[in-house]
Amino acid sequence: MVTAIKMDTIGGRPVDPAAPLLAVEDLAVEFRIDAGVVRAVNGLSYTVERGRTVAILGESGSGKSVGAQAVMGIIDSPPGFVTGGSVRFRGVELLDLPEQERRRVRGNRIAMVFQDALTALNPVFPVGWQIAEMFRVHRGLGRAEAGERAVELMERVRIPLARERAGSYPHEFSGGMRQRVMIAMALSLDPDILIADEPTTALDVTVQAQIMSLLAALQQETGMGLVLITHDLGVVAEVADEVVVMYAGREVEKGPSLGVYHRPAHPYTIGLMDSLPRRDQHTERLTAIAGSPPDLLDIPSGCAFRPRCPHARNICARIEPPLFEPEDGRVAACHFWEEVQRGRA
Amino acid sequence: MSDLEHIAERRLGGDPGSDLAELEPAAGREGSLYADAWRQLRRRPIFVISGLLILLLITMALFPSLFTRVDPRSCDLADSLLRPSREHWFGTDVQGCDYYARTIYGARVSISIGILVTVSSTLIAVVFGSIAGFYGGATDTIIARITDIWFAIPTILGGIVILRSIFSERGLLQVSLVLIVLGWPTMLRLVRSSVMSAKEMDYVDAARALGVGDFRIIRRHILPNAIAPVIVYATITVGVIISAEAALSFLGVGLQLPAISWGLMISVAQNRILTAPHLLLFPGLFLSVTVFSFILMGDALRDALDPRLR
Amino acid sequence: MGRYLVRRLLQFIPVFFGATLLIFVMVWAIPGDPIAALAGDRVLPEQVLQEIRDQYHLDDPLLVQYGKYMGDVFRGDFGEDFRGRPVTDLMKQRLPITIRLALMAFAFELVIGVLAGILAGVRKGGFMDNLVLISTLVVIAIPIFVLGFLAQLVLGVRLGWFPVSGIQQGLRSYVLPAMVLGSVSLAYIARLTRTSLVENLRADYVRTATAKGLPRRRVVGIHTLRNSMIPVVTFLAIDLGALMGGAIITETIFNIPGIGRAVFEGVQRQEGTVVVGIVTFLVLVYLIANLLVDVLYAVLDPRIRYE
Repeated sequence: MVTAIKMDTIGGRPVDPAAPLLAVEDLAVEFRIDAGVVRAVNGLSYTVERGRTVAILGESGSGKSVGAQAVMGIIDSPPGFVTGGSVRFRGVELLDLPEQERRRVRGNRIAMVFQDALTALNPVFPVGWQIAEMFRVHRGLGRAEAGERAVELMERVRIPLARERAGSYPHEFSGGMRQRVMIAMALSLDPDILIADEPTTALDVTVQAQIMSLLAALQQETGMGLVLITHDLGVVAEVADEVVVMYAGREVEKGPSLGVYHRPAHPYTIGLMDSLPRRDQHTERLTAIAGSPPDLLDIPSGCAFRPRCPHARNICARIEPPLFEPEDGRVAACHFWEEVQRGRA
Repeated sequence: MSDLEHIAERRLGGDPGSDLAELEPAAGREGSLYADAWRQLRRRPIFVISGLLILLLITMALFPSLFTRVDPRSCDLADSLLRPSREHWFGTDVQGCDYYARTIYGARVSISIGILVTVSSTLIAVVFGSIAGFYGGATDTIIARITDIWFAIPTILGGIVILRSIFSERGLLQVSLVLIVLGWPTMLRLVRSSVMSAKEMDYVDAARALGVGDFRIIRRHILPNAIAPVIVYATITVGVIISAEAALSFLGVGLQLPAISWGLMISVAQNRILTAPHLLLFPGLFLSVTVFSFILMGDALRDALDPRLR
Repeated sequence: MGRYLVRRLLQFIPVFFGATLLIFVMVWAIPGDPIAALAGDRVLPEQVLQEIRDQYHLDDPLLVQYGKYMGDVFRGDFGEDFRGRPVTDLMKQRLPITIRLALMAFAFELVIGVLAGILAGVRKGGFMDNLVLISTLVVIAIPIFVLGFLAQLVLGVRLGWFPVSGIQQGLRSYVLPAMVLGSVSLAYIARLTRTSLVENLRADYVRTATAKGLPRRRVVGIHTLRNSMIPVVTFLAIDLGALMGGAIITETIFNIPGIGRAVFEGVQRQEGTVVVGIVTFLVLVYLIANLLVDVLYAVLDPRIRYE
C-alpha cells in the first residue's frame, strides 16, 4: 500500500508536487551558552526523495542529531537558534512557518524516532495510550477508535499479542519491542518522512538487524522517505541509498553510498571505515583515528579535521575546504581529495 | 599492551594516551569537580553574601566583645523595658539588661549548637550510612530499621519528651545530644542512598577487579562522589538545627536561664508583643537572618556541586 | 504489587514496636522512683501510690511493662491520667481540633504550594520563578514561632482580619494558625514542585512528545505534570501525618487546645501516661501514613510496582 501523494497546502502555502520530499540546504544551528557560541551545525545540505534512504553519518558531537531536530523544529530555543539555511518540505519552506503550522507538520507529515526508547517514551502512560494520542490530538478521534488504531499499528510493527500489551508500560517491554512501539507511534499518521535518530544504537546486534529490516519493509510499503542518523557504518552500507558524512557540524562527504564506500574521497570517511573491526583482519590493535573530536566552542581554523588528518598540509590550516565534486552527485570537503581517493584505490 | 588498556582504548575510542586517566580513582575526577565548583561559587552573589553573613555570625559567636563592650548580664532593674535609644541600641529587657548585648551573645549558643550537632550527626551518618549503603544485606536492613524507628518519632515532641524526662539539667551539651539523636536519621538516609548509587558506577567495578580493598574503595572512590549532596544538606542542617534549638528553648524545654538563647528571649517576649515589640523583633531578626544565610549557602553549594545543572 | 505491599508491612512491624518501646523507655525508665517523679510535687497516700504502681505494672521488669501496655493499647486502652480520666477521652476531645487544623493547613499548602511551584517551574529564571524561590527561602528561614507572632501581630491585631487566640470563633479561628502551620511545608512543596517540573521538562520523553506535534500545553500539562507530581504527592501524604505531630508550636502560640498541646501539658505535669499514650498514637498515624504513601507511590509510578 503506497500512500498517494497528498496534494495540499502547508501553512497556507501550496505544495510543489515536483519538489523532493525534503530539501535541506546550508543549514546552520548555533547554541549560545555562557562559555561562548557553539556552532553545532555549520552548512548541512541533503535531499530526500520518495522511497529513498539518506544516512547521516558521524560521531557524537558532529551535529547530526541537532540537524535533524532543526528539521523537526524541536530545538530548545534559547539556547539554540537556527541561524541560516532552508528546510523545504515538498517545496514549502518550514523554517519561517509560524509555530502553530509547524506543529501540524510535526508528527503528522514528518515524524521522528529516537535512540533510547526507554527514556524517550513516557514512563507513566501505557504504550497504547501514547500511540493513540497521535490520533486523538491530530485527527480528533475518540478514545475507543484511537485505541483500535493503536493496536493495529502495534500489529503492523509486529509486536506480538498487541491487543493485550497495549495496556502495558514502556519498562515492561524489551528494548527491541520498545523501539517498535516508537516506530508505530511515528508511523501512525502516515508521515511522508521518517527521521530515525540512532534507532538501533541502544539495542543488541540481532535486534538491530530486526529493526532495520522492519524499517526497510515499512518504507517499501509506504514509499516514505527515510533519514537515518547513525554512527554505524555497517547499518549505512546495508540500508542507505545516499550517505552524508558529518564532522564538527559540517558535511565533509556526501554521495550515493556505494560510491562513497568504494571510493571515499575524504580522510575522515576513510578513518571511519578503517576503524571498523573486520573478520579478515589479523592485527592485535584496532585502528583508531588519532586525536579526538574538536571542542565545538573552538573549532580549528581552516579544515576542522586538520589536527587529525594524515594528509594535512599548510593550506588546510588556512583555508576551509569548499565542497569539491569528485564525481557527479558527490561532494567532498578536502583540498586533496584526489590524492585521498587514489591512495585508497 | 595489557587487557585493561585494550578495554580502555575500545571504550573511549581514541587517543590511547589520554584514556587511562579516566580509569584513575576518583581523586582526579573529584579534584576537578570541586575546583570547578569553587570557581563557579566565587562568582555567584548568593554564595558571597551568605558566606560573608556566616563569617560575620561566627565572628560574633567567637568574639562577641568585638561587637559590644557591654556585659549582657549586668542588668539594672531601673532600666527595665526601655525602647531602643542611643544608649541601648536595642533597648532593654524585663530585667533591664542591654538587649543589644544579649542579642549579640545569643549568637554564641546558636552557632555552637548548630555546628556541633551538624558535625556530629554528619559523622555518624557518614560512617553508618556508608556501611549500610555499601554492604547492603542484613547490615543494611538493621541500620535502616533503626533509622526508621527514630524517624517515626516526631521531632519536636520527641525532643520535648527526652529533654523533660531524662535530663534534670539542660545545658548546651544536653540539648545538643538530643538534637543529634533526632537529626542523624535524615542525614543517614541521604548518605545511604548516595552511596548506593555511587556503588553502581563502573569505576567501582573496575577498582574491585583490580583488587582494591573495600575500605579503600569507599574512601577513595565512593565517598568523594557521594559526598556532594551531604555537604549541601549539612549546610542547610546547620540552619535547621539552629531553628530547632530556638523552638525548643521557646517552648521552655531547651536551654534554661541564665543561658542566653534567642529562642529563650523570644519565649520571654511573647507576653509583651504589643507593649514591647522590640523584645521579639531583634532576636527574631537575628535568628531569621542566621538560618537564612545557612540555607542560602546550602542552595549556592547545591547549584555549584550538582553536575547536572552545568 | 502484592509482594511489594507485604514487604512494606513486614518493615512496618518492627519499626512500630521499636519506636513505641523507645518512647516508653524514655518516659518511664527515668532513674529513681518514677512514681515520685510522676507525682511531682503532689503528696499522695501510700495506698494510691501502690494502686498506681499496679496499674502501670511498675513492679514488673521494663519489657514486661511495655508488653502489657501494648496489650492494653491494642484493646483501645491507652491508660489513664492521674485523675483517673482515660487518655482516650482526652484524645477524643483534642484530636478533632488538631485534625481540623492539620487539614486546613494541608489544603492551604497543597493548593498554593503546587500552584506556586508550577508557575515558577514553567518559566524557569523568570520573574515568578525568582519570586517564588526567594519568598520560600525567607519563609523557611524564619522560625515558625516568629512567623506565628508576626502573623498574629499583623494579620490579627493590626488588620484585625482573623482571631489570634483560641477556637471560639469557629472555623475562622483556625485560619491564621493553619496558614502558619502550613507555611514551611508550603515552601518545601513549592520548591519540590518546581524542581521536579524543571527536571521533567528536560527529560527525553518531552522531546518525543514535542516531536509528536503535541501542543505545548498538553506536553507540560499532561505528560510532564503526571511525572512531576509523583515526588510532590508522596511528600504531601507524609506531611499530613507530620502536621499533626508538629502542630505543638502553633497550638501554643495561638492557644489552640489540640493534641500537641496535650502532650506538652502532659510533659509539664509529668503525666507519663498521657505523653506515652498520645505519642504512641501519633507514631502509629505516621507509620500508617507512610505505608499509604508507599501504596500511593506504586499507584502513581508504574515502574516500581513489580520490584
